[in-house]
Amino acid sequence: MKDWMGKIRTLSLFSLMVLLLSACGRDNLTALVPKGYGAEESLRIIIITITVMIVVFIVVMAIFVFVLLKYRQKKGQENMVPKQTEGNKTLEIVWTVIPILLLIVIAIPTVATTYDLADESAKEDSLNINVTGEQFWWHFEYPGEEIQTSQDLYIPVGQKVYLNMMSTDVIHSFWVPSISGKMDVNPDNENTMYIEAYEEGVYWGQCAEFCGDSHSLMDFRIVVVSQEEYDQWVTDMQNVDPDAVPESTTAQEGKALFEQSCISCHAVGNTPSVGPNLSNFGDRTMIAGVLEHSEEELVEWILNPASKKPGNGMLDAPYLQDKSVSQEDAEKIADYLLQLKASEITPDSAK
Amino acid sequence: MSEHDVLNPKEMPLNPEKATLEGKNKFIGFWFFLGGETVLFASLFGTYLALNGSTNGGSSSQELFGLELVFIMTMLLLTSSLTSVYAMYHMKNNDFKKMQIWLGITVALGLGFLGFEIYEFYHYIHHYEFTLRSSAFGSAFYTLVGFHGGHVVFGLSWIIALMIRNAKRGLNLYNAPKFYIASLYWHFIDVVWVFIFTVVYLMGVL
Amino acid sequence: MSTMVATNKRSFGSVLWDYLTTVDHKKIAILYLVAGGFFFIVGGLEAMAIRWQLVTPMNDFVSAGLYNELITMHGTKMIFLAAMPLIFAFMNAVVPLQIGARDVAFPFLNSLGFWLFLFGGIMLNVGWITGGAADAGWTAYAPLSTTSPGEGVDYYVLGLQISGAGTLIGGINFLVTIVNMRAPGMTYMRMPLFTWTAFVASALILFAFPALTVGLFLMMFDRLFGSGFFDPNMGGNSVIWQHLFWIFGHPEVYILALPAFGIFSEIIATFSRKRLFGYSAMVFATVLIGFLGFMVWAHHMFTVGMGPAANSIFAVATMAIAIPTGIKIFNWLFTLWGGNIQINTAMLWSLGFIPTFTLGGMTGVMVAAASADYQFHDSYFVVAHFHYVIVGGVVFALFAATHYWWPKMFGKILNETLGKITFWFFFIGFHMTFFIQHFLGLMGMPRRYWVYKEGQGLDLGNAISTAGAFLMAIGTIVLLYNVIITSVKGEKVGGDPWGARTLEWAIPSPPPFYNFKQLPLVRGLDPLWIEKTEGRDGMTPAEPIGDIHMPNNSFLPFIMSLGFFIAGFGFIYQKYDLAWLSLVFIGMGIALGSMLMRSVKDDLGYHIHKEDLVKEAKE
Repeated sequence: MKDWMGKIRTLSLFSLMVLLLSACGRDNLTALVPKGYGAEESLRIIIITITVMIVVFIVVMAIFVFVLLKYRQKKGQENMVPKQTEGNKTLEIVWTVIPILLLIVIAIPTVATTYDLADESAKEDSLNINVTGEQFWWHFEYPGEEIQTSQDLYIPVGQKVYLNMMSTDVIHSFWVPSISGKMDVNPDNENTMYIEAYEEGVYWGQCAEFCGDSHSLMDFRIVVVSQEEYDQWVTDMQNVDPDAVPESTTAQEGKALFEQSCISCHAVGNTPSVGPNLSNFGDRTMIAGVLEHSEEELVEWILNPASKKPGNGMLDAPYLQDKSVSQEDAEKIADYLLQLKASEITPDSAK
Repeated sequence: MSEHDVLNPKEMPLNPEKATLEGKNKFIGFWFFLGGETVLFASLFGTYLALNGSTNGGSSSQELFGLELVFIMTMLLLTSSLTSVYAMYHMKNNDFKKMQIWLGITVALGLGFLGFEIYEFYHYIHHYEFTLRSSAFGSAFYTLVGFHGGHVVFGLSWIIALMIRNAKRGLNLYNAPKFYIASLYWHFIDVVWVFIFTVVYLMGVL
Repeated sequence: MSTMVATNKRSFGSVLWDYLTTVDHKKIAILYLVAGGFFFIVGGLEAMAIRWQLVTPMNDFVSAGLYNELITMHGTKMIFLAAMPLIFAFMNAVVPLQIGARDVAFPFLNSLGFWLFLFGGIMLNVGWITGGAADAGWTAYAPLSTTSPGEGVDYYVLGLQISGAGTLIGGINFLVTIVNMRAPGMTYMRMPLFTWTAFVASALILFAFPALTVGLFLMMFDRLFGSGFFDPNMGGNSVIWQHLFWIFGHPEVYILALPAFGIFSEIIATFSRKRLFGYSAMVFATVLIGFLGFMVWAHHMFTVGMGPAANSIFAVATMAIAIPTGIKIFNWLFTLWGGNIQINTAMLWSLGFIPTFTLGGMTGVMVAAASADYQFHDSYFVVAHFHYVIVGGVVFALFAATHYWWPKMFGKILNETLGKITFWFFFIGFHMTFFIQHFLGLMGMPRRYWVYKEGQGLDLGNAISTAGAFLMAIGTIVLLYNVIITSVKGEKVGGDPWGARTLEWAIPSPPPFYNFKQLPLVRGLDPLWIEKTEGRDGMTPAEPIGDIHMPNNSFLPFIMSLGFFIAGFGFIYQKYDLAWLSLVFIGMGIALGSMLMRSVKDDLGYHIHKEDLVKEAKE
């Protein structure tokens, strides 16, 4: 019996260790390995609070275990009546005052960081990006640079970037755990937050406010590049020519089909659009935020978007209603889209 | 002593509404209920204050509201509150007839208020095309004032039902608490209106 | 049920009619227990489906739409249709007995409260049959909820509105009962802690539920009548819903948790064979938690964009709740200290609660820190946190109470061995399921995700979590088996099987329908204990044997609730065709008609005569 218990204990201890080692999660996604200012500040508060709380937990558990070992009913004492104590003033004052002190220790840095993370004093002089959340994709407009793009957000490393966020339909929430905590994207008012990434890289972003069928598929990426690369990217994006003729003939045919069936919602170039902007589609990390960036997936996505992202806006597209885009057409459109490479600077540059 | 004798004593006690355990329960239970109602109206007022400027390009409170009509309505309702106090005064003196008369006057004043309110809504809808669906302000206005109006309708029906039910048998310790809490409800409606008058109309025309 | 058999053999029809019309708080308690237990099991099955969907990345066990319905209904059901009524079951079964009363203040309303809850609960679930339950989350944030197609969210709105009215009625009833119906000598500061917590929770119901009522009305108008409260296109503001919901929603946590604290206080004192340590501090802490519970609702909204000032205020206010909660934890520990601790099933749940709830409280302080919550919010960390509080606090308490008060309600003790098996399966399963979710959240898994992707490092944690859920399910099945086997085979016990301290144990199990033949004279805290230590085997009566006044049964509460239920369908379907408005008139006619009938028809009750009581005693 004892031996068996021992084995279980060793096993659970071991699995706990394994868990702890893998507990930090995937790099560039987890909040536990911060790569940006907001995430770092939040983690600092998390560590302060958890430290204090673990101390409290240890005290509680120590008393708990002691009491159980010492005062558990012993054989033959079933009818023993212990002393009936009403209470103890000193003790009660102690466990009221000490928690108050502990909470003050937590509250002060909490309030300080809360104000710090809401600081908008540098907004005027920083890069501003308008973020729009829609079911189920993200749009990014760089008003100063006059750039429109979707799904992949490019920012320079080590710079404060202000995000002015609003939704066109329901509430979303912008969350890139490695870089910063989240902020809701409301349909009624604009919310502003700033992010600052410490390292170049491609960071995983997700929608964190329940927004409908494909809430879990509303991913995006933040591509953090060096300042020079970012400047280069801005210039390239500004110079995107929507009328550029693709090299291959299939892509040329694809362009014609695209302009017939897709352009009413999508856009190439820096004009606003109802659906995602596709100027640099060929450079994207993923298709629709969650699909592998391959022609096969893209064709499937064009022909059967419901199977990939339930409830998304493309389901209303006329070409799906009247089935005017065939498998072949879709392949041509895919050819066209995948060659839309706006810039030398791609997510690969961020590594 | 049978139940009938207990409930119909020769001499009415000082506070007939609280003379029995059932009466006491009703009395305190209803006060609690009014506490809940207060939160209900507070939530509605909060919503109204958040949305009273959201006219969505439609009619605003300045365009819509005039104080004359609302002032008359306020007077009607305030007076009805006073008359219900008289009714309760006569209840405590065990003068059933006078209580019924004053309750009748209360009902009449309440009906007058309700008539003006219906006219007011009719006026907004037909002359300004201002409805629940016009704007968030419209939604908030009709919901807040309408909830109060609904309370007036319920309160009037309640008092009328009590008056008719007990017209023949007079006052006893079984129905005294019922009359009493109905009048409490009526006072509450009146108090809510004072807030509506201030928050919706007075602040609305400014 | 054993009580039905106990009195005398009766036909099924007459038993059914008895339960449909009963106004007896003990029978209503059983109704709440059965209905709440049923919804608990259905909600548990929904939870199992959720966990199975998440067992591997990109799983397709259920579709996205169905998954959203599952999470919505699981949350809504567990809070409103399982936890609330089960708490009400024990409040009904125990509070009148604990204060030495013959019934609640308003027996008729008590029955009405139950039937409104049940019809509302059924309404909430009708969507499953008509092609889509509510799918906007249990919080139903606008505009997602106001734009959700179909009738699912309509059923949510009307179902909650109806059952919420029932809860409000129940709350007022208990407030008045506790204020007016205490036995002679039962002063406020002699009330058992469970009664105290029921009292404060009822006050919270009274002041919190109307906010939900208003929120639901506004949502109903938006969805069904074209108003624009939450529609930005009409100038509305969707954040108003969040405020109204959480002004209700946060106190709701304490409405559930406080009675749970009360349950543990009773059980820990009884099985330590000690007076509750720091009773007055416990009462004070209960009231303080109830009060602070209203000041902190916006801590659910740190990421909404309220600004740093509001966030800071609500963060600090929330942390303050940790202080009275800490007081409670230490008082329980010091009740155990120096005691003669008997560990049975009820006590196991109570002892399991202390570390579990402490963890839940710890993470509570962590999520209260606004700037840290930017990471926690809407992630699995929060899912873990509130399950530690609601399951580790409330559900553990309900299991404990089931074992503790089962003999009082049904006259038999639940099987201890099976009870312990249930505990260990459920306890281990619970920690397996939810402890790991703290890490999943921090590793970047948002809540309400239908799928997580491959290569996110979330696979192992989710698999462990799902495995734990199965252990919890096994524990629950064993409990069900236990209930059945005990009803069939369990041995009858006397009035005081635990050697307990409070008044409910001074009368037979199950109690006679009039509870106390003579109202007891209460001479201090733990009145029964006082009498026992002074060598008496029961309470000293405060009155001679006399006639007992009892309320009449009534079928009206059922009819009234049915009326609202019918009207609900009319309100929903008139959005397609105004002809359905006729159902509104029929339903409201039935409901208001029964109200009028109740108002004009005298209901004076009846008397049990002194002679019969004396005769019964001799038999």
